[in-house]
Amino acid sequence: MSVTDADPRDVSEKGAASVRFRSVDKAFGPLTVLEDLHLDVEPGERVVVIGPSGSGKTTILRVTMTLEHIDAGTIEIGGQHLYHEPTSSGQLRPASERHMRKVRSNIGMVFQHFNLFPHMSAIENVMLAPVKVHGASRDEAQHKGMELLAKVGLSEHANHTPGQLSGGQKQRVAIARALATSPSVMLFDEVTSALDPELVGDVLNVLRDIAEEGRTTMMLVTHEMGFAREIADRILMFDKGRIVESGPPSQVLDDPQQERTRAFLGAVADH
Amino acid sequence: MAETTTPGSGPTQPATNGPAGPGERAGIDLEIKQQHRWYRRSEVVVPVVLVTLGLSLLAIVPAPTGRFQSQFSPGREVSFGWDYFFHLIPQMLRGLYTTARATVLGFLIAATLGLVMAMLRRSQNRFLSLPVAFVIEFIRSTPILVQMFFAQVLVRAVDWISVNAIVILFVVLGIHYATYASEAYRAGINSVPKGQWEAAIALNLDPVTKWTRIIIPQAIPNVLPTLGNYLVAAFKDAPIGDAILSTAGVLFFANTIRAEDFRPVEPYLLIGVGFLLVSLPAAWLVRRLEERIEYERD
Ligand SMILES: Nc1ncnc2c1ncn2[C@@H]1O[C@H](COP(=O)(O)OP(=O)(O)O)[C@@H](O)[C@H]1O
Ligand SMILES: [Mg+2]
Repeated sequence: MSVTDADPRDVSEKGAASVRFRSVDKAFGPLTVLEDLHLDVEPGERVVVIGPSGSGKTTILRVTMTLEHIDAGTIEIGGQHLYHEPTSSGQLRPASERHMRKVRSNIGMVFQHFNLFPHMSAIENVMLAPVKVHGASRDEAQHKGMELLAKVGLSEHANHTPGQLSGGQKQRVAIARALATSPSVMLFDEVTSALDPELVGDVLNVLRDIAEEGRTTMMLVTHEMGFAREIADRILMFDKGRIVESGPPSQVLDDPQQERTRAFLGAVADH
Repeated sequence: MAETTTPGSGPTQPATNGPAGPGERAGIDLEIKQQHRWYRRSEVVVPVVLVTLGLSLLAIVPAPTGRFQSQFSPGREVSFGWDYFFHLIPQMLRGLYTTARATVLGFLIAATLGLVMAMLRRSQNRFLSLPVAFVIEFIRSTPILVQMFFAQVLVRAVDWISVNAIVILFVVLGIHYATYASEAYRAGINSVPKGQWEAAIALNLDPVTKWTRIIIPQAIPNVLPTLGNYLVAAFKDAPIGDAILSTAGVLFFANTIRAEDFRPVEPYLLIGVGFLLVSLPAAWLVRRLEERIEYERD
């Protein structure tokens, strides 16, 4: 059975979408992780989130992917509420599963630890969602899947299972898998931090290509400051669940206004 | 993290933009290989299919009926005679067949009902998950002997139920082992890493795809050996039905012979041998399956 949320033809047509956070709160028990978060990400914008460990960077991405649900506030993807549905009287009520799935189909995520399906080959990993969720034919999906694997430099490895791939190769398959449904918003959570240093470069190259094509809005969490400077339209410095400072790389990285940012950048530069 | 890179497959190619080159084109028509999956490998599939076929045959073909009766009366002067022992073998096998058949039918119920129970117990809906959890714990913590008596009394007391003793036996076996199987399934499902469930959400998979393509294929390898062990255990519990419901299995055979000829040693020894002949190879097969799957996981 496949649930088709949209005409499969639009999959490749739809462009980058905006992301809008309004008064978003998220706590885990007594621990408040996101507090009154307001953030607007423009369609096609590349936002890099930096900040100390435990400051809530991963949580922003996870609530956007609905892996964790927000406690209060709203998130809109391309103008559509993710956690709410408008009623006929124009008010908002909590979203049904169906509504959430529909909006979520515009979002893709790449994880720190890849989360590839270990019992499927690389190409099967990439083809699954297009076939099962977006109603693509197997031929179509395989064709596009092989193009994506070629794009991440892994056409030779289509029939390899994740167990037969290096960390960097796995992560590139994971990126191809996320791209396969042509999401309007892509989330990348420290996608190179589980990799051996010599494998990081290939993954960053793939991210550069995606950024260059500009078909998707990108939100990235990374500790690679050089890469952040190169790719980001805007850098968000995060601390204790709040945005401390925000601006273009030249401003936030080279001329930080906040003491917290200076301290963080100093600590990162030290090692 | 263990990383195995196939020789000569280092990530050397730079990522390329634009249309794929001719080499890549060839790749697009590639035939998707699936032989790496454990459930497609011949070493695993052939034994599993053979065993399943054998068991299905057992489930379909009914046991021959008729009384258990010895063909000659053994002398009273010895307590054990080989002639007598050997001549009982065909009748013992008949009883063993009945016992095995009830086991297999019961196990079919256990394997399917167990999966349903496991999924109901995981349900978000407490009105579903709590009663199911209670029933599972209740059945698991009462002896199958008592359950068999209860089922018999129930069937006798309710006059619109009229079923064969063998049906009572395999239904009770099935429900009893379903509760055990459900715990095995639950453990198997829980052993699927959190990242797999999250990837399913991130790819927006529908529930059916998530369960059939992601969760169950990864849970089953962990569950199969446990299910195999329960099959052997159920086989050893099946003679309880002979004692309580008078089903014509191995124990009923031995009891009948003892009552007729006053010779207990040969028939009881014989059913011991019968159990050994089935249980030992079964346990060996389960062990092999376990090793095989362990190996696949590495
Ligand atoms: N599922 C969870 N349950 C409880 N606490 C959590 C959970 N996820 C994250 N946290 C806590 O929330 C805080 C922010 O986590 P996270 O967003 O992962 O930070 P970062 O990615 O910036 O390091 C941390 O203190 C972390 O321990
Ligand atoms: Mg993090």
